[in-house]
Amino acid sequence: MITDTRDNGAAQALLEAYRTHQTVPPLTDTIPDLGIEGAYGIQLAQVEAWKVEGRRVKGHKVGLTSRVMQEQLGVDQPDFGHLMDNMFFADTEPIKAGRFISPKVEPEFAFVLGKSLTGPGVTATEALSAIDYVVGALEIIDSRITDWKIKLADTVADNASSGGVVLGSRPVKPADLDLRTTGVNLSRNGELIATGAGGAVLGSPLNALVWLANTLGPLGVTLEAGSVVLPGSMTAAVAAAPGDTITATFAGGLGSVTANFAN
Amino acid sequence: MSSETISPSAQGNDWTEDRVADVLYKRELDRTDGGKITDEYPGLDLDAAYRVQRKLIDLKVAGGERVIGVKLGLTARAKQQQMGIDSPLTAVITDRMVLEAGVPIPMDELIHPKIEPEIVFVMKNRLSGPGVTAATAMAAVGSVHAGFEVIDSRFTDFKFTLPDVVADNASSSRLFIGADGTDPAGLDLALEAVVLSVNGAVVATATGAAVQGHPGEALALAANALAGRGEAIEAGAVVLTGGLTDAVFVRPGEQITAEFSNLGTLTVAGA
Repeated sequence: MITDTRDNGAAQALLEAYRTHQTVPPLTDTIPDLGIEGAYGIQLAQVEAWKVEGRRVKGHKVGLTSRVMQEQLGVDQPDFGHLMDNMFFADTEPIKAGRFISPKVEPEFAFVLGKSLTGPGVTATEALSAIDYVVGALEIIDSRITDWKIKLADTVADNASSGGVVLGSRPVKPADLDLRTTGVNLSRNGELIATGAGGAVLGSPLNALVWLANTLGPLGVTLEAGSVVLPGSMTAAVAAAPGDTITATFAGGLGSVTANFAN
Repeated sequence: MSSETISPSAQGNDWTEDRVADVLYKRELDRTDGGKITDEYPGLDLDAAYRVQRKLIDLKVAGGERVIGVKLGLTARAKQQQMGIDSPLTAVITDRMVLEAGVPIPMDELIHPKIEPEIVFVMKNRLSGPGVTAATAMAAVGSVHAGFEVIDSRFTDFKFTLPDVVADNASSSRLFIGADGTDPAGLDLALEAVVLSVNGAVVATATGAAVQGHPGEALALAANALAGRGEAIEAGAVVLTGGLTDAVFVRPGEQITAEFSNLGTLTVAGA
């Protein structure tokens, strides 16, 4: 429940930034005592506002799952954001210029759940057996905070810097993948720009799903069957400009996924 | 260049290619690092540096070492662009560099060792440029192995120019080769991934594409570059194809693991 009017102001400012592309100065500057709980409150206030507009939660993303990102922000655990129905793009579908403010792209697995998961107490084996299938994905991250000047509370309040998701179309059963050593190559306009593997995500992307279920459970939230979970990036994020074509090619039979940023 | 060009010795230095090889060999034996040679010997260009590298290997062979293969260095395209080159560096590996599985990295023999996971080839056919393509290069590969290369520059803080590092045999030091070889025909090396961890914590991940887009491409470019220096890659040779991730320092007592998608897992420890 959001009762702090300053926080409501922050949620309103972030909601406004989606429409106007006028970014918000770091909340951690303007609300010096903003903590993580307050920041999630701001995030949830935006989700509630979106639901009122008729949008639906289709899944969650886990962020800050790499050692490099955690060190950069001085944190030792991930964060999460909400994936709304209007954030999903089809493979190679042109993404209109101006849809995002300062987008970057990250290659990830996407888990599609076949069974619901409710923490706390979810184990890795339960998480694994709840995954119906895995597809390759590109997450488009974006920041409504000026110039990506984010600390932990800023990105948490800003829906974990979520933007969009491009899902691949070659489903693979999780039992047929070694999530930790499955590789990905990321190219921009045909030029290889980064390589990585699932192990970059908290040692295994499965750990991100376990963390998410066990973090949401105490908040009264269940990960629903059919929902999508993005467990975190396998490489550093790559900036995307209008006209860029960014492709992730995955091992393990997952094929490739392309984010096509229109001019 | 006119004959009046001032030689390094005329400037008060007495560097020669032979002396560079002697100095670098002595630094390795004495476990001492030192400054860049190119600071004092501007005449050490890339061609001269490869002649020095050959003299250095001659010294090692005279000391009882046996040449067993080739290592490729600077195989990331982004780093090549920074350094203004378009193919990998080459260096020579000898039997003394090979450590058996389970043997700790001998910190007391090394200066400031770093380690990087690599895809290793054992050649079934001789490969001789020019004109080698990635496809013909891969056809000459007999087996593919997981590997670790320990690098150890004879220059302070790993600070060197391209000719310095070439003369220093591309910082080569020690290596581990996984015992189980895999037929290259069954592998997609551009997507062969490695997860590098230190004491159980993942520090880097990468795929074979980090090496010149594909390790076979690196091998082809190296074979062609070697041909320009009158050399070939022999049947039976071991080829270290280049670091998949950035190298990490080895510290005593640390356990370093490289898990590959299909090539197996290697674990090594700093003594």
